[in-house]
Amino acid sequence: MRKVAIYGKGGIGKSTTTQNTVAGLAQMGKKIMVVGCDPKADSTRLLLGGLAQKSVLDSLREEGEDVELENIRKRGYGNTWCVESGGPEPGVGCAGRGIITSINMLESLGAYEESEGLDYAFYDVLGDVVCGGFAMPIRDGKAEEIYIVCSGEMMAMYAANNICKGIMKFAQSGTVRLGGLICNSRAVDNEKEMIQELAKMIGTQMIYFVPRDNDVQRAEINRKTVIEWNPDVPQAEHYRGLARAIDENTNFVIPKPLEMESLEKLLMDYGLMN
Amino acid sequence: MSTILKKKRKMVQWDPADVKAQLLAKYPPKVARKRAKQIMINEALENETPEISANVRTTPGIITMRGCTYAGCKGVIMGPTRDIINLVHGPIGCSFYAWLTRRNQTDAGPDGENYMPYAFSTDMQDSDIIFGGEKKLEKAIQEAYDLFHPKSIAVFATCPVGLIGDDIHTVTKRMKEKFGDCNVYAFSCEGYKGVSQSAGHHIANNQVFRHIVGENDEVKPGKYKINLLGEYNIGGDGFEIDRVFKKCGITNIATFSGNSTYDQFASAHTADLNTVMCHRSINYVADMLETKYGIPWIKVNFISAKATSRSLRKIAEYFGDQELIDRVEAVIKEEMPAVEAARQDVLPRTEGKTAMMFVGGSRAHHYQELFSEMGMKTISAGYEFAHRDDYEGRQVLPNLTVDADSRNIEEIEVEADPTRYNPRKSPEELQAMEAAGYKFKDYDGLIPDMGKGTLVIDDLNQYEAEKLVELMKPDIFCAGIKEKYSIQKLGIPMKQLHSYDSGGPYAGFKGAVNFYKEIDRLVNSKVWSYMKAPWQENPQLSATYGWE
Repeated sequence: MRKVAIYGKGGIGKSTTTQNTVAGLAQMGKKIMVVGCDPKADSTRLLLGGLAQKSVLDSLREEGEDVELENIRKRGYGNTWCVESGGPEPGVGCAGRGIITSINMLESLGAYEESEGLDYAFYDVLGDVVCGGFAMPIRDGKAEEIYIVCSGEMMAMYAANNICKGIMKFAQSGTVRLGGLICNSRAVDNEKEMIQELAKMIGTQMIYFVPRDNDVQRAEINRKTVIEWNPDVPQAEHYRGLARAIDENTNFVIPKPLEMESLEKLLMDYGLMN
Repeated sequence: MSTILKKKRKMVQWDPADVKAQLLAKYPPKVARKRAKQIMINEALENETPEISANVRTTPGIITMRGCTYAGCKGVIMGPTRDIINLVHGPIGCSFYAWLTRRNQTDAGPDGENYMPYAFSTDMQDSDIIFGGEKKLEKAIQEAYDLFHPKSIAVFATCPVGLIGDDIHTVTKRMKEKFGDCNVYAFSCEGYKGVSQSAGHHIANNQVFRHIVGENDEVKPGKYKINLLGEYNIGGDGFEIDRVFKKCGITNIATFSGNSTYDQFASAHTADLNTVMCHRSINYVADMLETKYGIPWIKVNFISAKATSRSLRKIAEYFGDQELIDRVEAVIKEEMPAVEAARQDVLPRTEGKTAMMFVGGSRAHHYQELFSEMGMKTISAGYEFAHRDDYEGRQVLPNLTVDADSRNIEEIEVEADPTRYNPRKSPEELQAMEAAGYKFKDYDGLIPDMGKGTLVIDDLNQYEAEKLVELMKPDIFCAGIKEKYSIQKLGIPMKQLHSYDSGGPYAGFKGAVNFYKEIDRLVNSKVWSYMKAPWQENPQLSATYGWE
């Protein structure tokens, strides 16, 4: 089983990219579990056709320790297993601790057992790595390959670089590796070249360039992944391409995050090229 | 011949500069530089006190003797109050260690209200951390109220509460309004705040002043009314002091906070004089009481019979009433013979012995007088959580720098109460008294009372404690429970001056007698000579292996 975590700046499209990619892998016949690590519990909406999932932490709170695996995972598009970690309302408690608790719960319930026959486990993690709780998927070998979703916008690149610092810390003591950057295009000037250069400097690759297309939003309004909504549009082919790239990927590295000056120089070089 | 030899062996020669150098020798250079400022060789300077670094963060990795902010707030200040329910918001471990671990004694009095034997806790679990603990706290406050109908409930934040951001003050405010007849308030005293437990004392006292003092305007009977600030009734010290007050005709309105009640705090503003025992933990409350209500304060000390006599005379002089002055003299005359007899009894056995004390923010100073009455010299002393003014005297206060840590702790701005401000002495009266040599708001600190060439050490740690004992070989070492057994293993008697082991009281006249006897028992015990098994010194049999 390959264990994959998707990180990236808030609002960059991690959940959308994850679910569309998972749909592509499911079409290839892979068996996948998606674990949403966001208190909003909206990481599996497109696969399930709506917010229909009871989160691990809600189940834990209401039913105590006697939670069954069947209470917290649900079948989504292409026979995928969908799990939402969940968490407190905004402004109370500790969401990071929640993620730690729910991943431990999934493990103790046997969600990752060989008998489940999974090919992939995907973790979709909230925004930046703000505290130890949100780093949980990259600790203790929970996830072994990381993909960072980013764009050519400055803050997205800052965030990607910052996440690399977190990966580097855990990579040195564990098995986690960076698999590449996924560029989710915002139609910024020289975006593709800039992200390719950023990836090179960090020591990794840009694994795929996903162009911007409103079909993504159209599919989302219908609570579906693009592949389910209309498998024939060009964007569906792009997500299949990203799925293939991940499935065939063998380039796993310990990233070398950039110093602030080199990151800013990169932005200047590519931003001023025209 | 043998006695001379024995005496000679007992003599320990040490040079303070050499001791200091050896204490610092094993530290990395940066740590050594920092510690060097906290280890001071006392010297007599003309008109000024040498400077020491205090109230600074302990270098991580050093096993400090200090406690945490929560310990200072819940344990020291609020722990000794008997009819306020102390509800700890947090996991059960912190709550358990808040349950009768200090030997604050209580007398439930005629009302019988005493919550000291109970441990109240919200017992936070994993899911309370994740989803927030406010609802559980609200339920716990309700449950405590329904079970006991107390006058007051105090809520204490442990570390996780601060990390997850539970708004405990809003919860307590809501519950106070809901009950109507129970004062509920909270303390943001998370353990990680501040440099030491001193931050916790400050947080506790600020809230007591803000939420309780002044709540009851009823004037209590009594001619000479005082408050006793900074006396925590360890081992019954407060009981002995109260006995003496009563005998003198002095009325103690409120003790902060040994064996105290909610009503004592609430009426504290009706007293006419504040007497400050532990300068560190409470001098700012005395200042606030003066600014808001016009009550002057003086420093007192009831540790040692002589200090007790001085303090009583100082109180009598403040009221200036011949009746009180005569009565105080009569009490001193009546109490002193028993103390003197006990002193004369132990003196031949204790004279010439040496002591070390590393405790508190005042105790390491107060107890030196008791030791000197027994002919014992304090060769090294220091505080765990004191600030520079407790070492060097209050004249350094204007020069203390405010750093990030002290800014963490809220300073309350106090103004004169519009209706209740009542200066107990007019400015002219105060001036006249001061001109005649009477000292208000005065504390010279520990350093001036220590001998030349002694070592004053702030925030001593386990390593240095063992090193000091090894180099200076005191006859007794005084600190807290954490140090107790490591020191005893070095073959030196150890007396706890936080909790008094199982002894006390040591304050006042009767307390002095108890202390003389206890120290005589400890320093003259033969048990320490048995630290080495007989065969380690004189093997009765010796043999060699056959192949040798």
